[in-house]
Amino acid sequence: MAKKVSLLEDFTKGIWKENPILIALLGLCPTLAVTTSVENGIAMGLAVSFTLVCSSTIISLLRNIIPKQVRIASFIVIIATFVTIADRFLAAFYPEISKNLGPFIPLIIVNCIILGRQEAFASKNNVGRSILDACGMGLGFTLILIVLSTIRELLGSGTIMGFKIMWDSFSPWMVMILPPGAFLTLGLMIGASNWINDRRKRS
Amino acid sequence: MNTSAKMILVLTVISALSGGLLSYWDSFTSEKIEAYRQSEIQKAVQKVLPESDERKEIQQNGFTFYIGYKNGEITGISFVAEGGGFQDIISMMVGVTPDFSHITGLAILSQKETPGLGTKIDYDPSREGMETWFTDQFKGKKTGNLTYVKNQKPRSDSEIEAITGATISSNAVVTILNEKISAAKAAFESINE
Repeated sequence: MAKKVSLLEDFTKGIWKENPILIALLGLCPTLAVTTSVENGIAMGLAVSFTLVCSSTIISLLRNIIPKQVRIASFIVIIATFVTIADRFLAAFYPEISKNLGPFIPLIIVNCIILGRQEAFASKNNVGRSILDACGMGLGFTLILIVLSTIRELLGSGTIMGFKIMWDSFSPWMVMILPPGAFLTLGLMIGASNWINDRRKRS
Repeated sequence: MNTSAKMILVLTVISALSGGLLSYWDSFTSEKIEAYRQSEIQKAVQKVLPESDERKEIQQNGFTFYIGYKNGEITGISFVAEGGGFQDIISMMVGVTPDFSHITGLAILSQKETPGLGTKIDYDPSREGMETWFTDQFKGKKTGNLTYVKNQKPRSDSEIEAITGATISSNAVVTILNEKISAAKAAFESINE
């Protein structure tokens, strides 16, 4: 029974308790840069999740074979392989999204969330738990990107997924799709999550 | 086995497997990526040389010319013009008359200008029905000494209207055109020599 609870926690901790963006503050660069539209946010979230799950699986399987002196180099080669696969996949099948995300897909290679999970989790735990951990972290990352990009696209362009939502006379807040909008929205979101955690702790 | 040998072996095997996987993956994505690039170019050529119904490709001095014909007569010449924008390279397809004296059309191939401001050189969502007004206004303009005006309508056929709030991007487009059209003209004329 105890084991079952901990497996569930391996998965759920990435969504809230150890959320890579809100709590660990990792991977902020793509988070801030690509969330100008919901479509970009989802694509980025999925690309990171894919890389995370694949890399965690492989690295967890190889954890007893890779000598610890070359572990970072090995992790980077494995991560880069999956990022390149995702990058080429997007370029071939979703060229418009690939164009919008530009260099941020190849930059997933150096995303701290991925390397961080390999160091902290996949290289120390078995495959099953590593996959659950990666899925949870990937989902947590993607959800935050969706929330952040929904707020920014709605206020900055008046649309969601390209569909007009706001009334006709609404004039878009240009600042929301520029970098300051990303900082403001993310700051408020982190503030809100801290506030919720604080209240929970007190009660 | 000692540690050094193990380190080398493990890294080599991982890298080799990675390389193998990627070259396999590349073998069936690269075709699609290239096909998309070609279709984007063809679409852009069609836009900037609307009157042509037949095209020929010629490479010269680093330019690829797409020459448009109609009933065997040259109707226009198009090529890719690239140069620095506000943050990154702006790449455009330019169409000109056969003597390079007037622009027949302009299409943005790629740009990374400021979202919502500089991106209006490609697509301006605030002008419904004429979202590509910026590139459209180049049609029929005289080449050689293009300039831009701010917040007013252009007065001559070598002036265009800049985007409000994105003067740098507007200026970049004009500068690239002035520079590249004359370079392309020189390259094109050297073909027949």
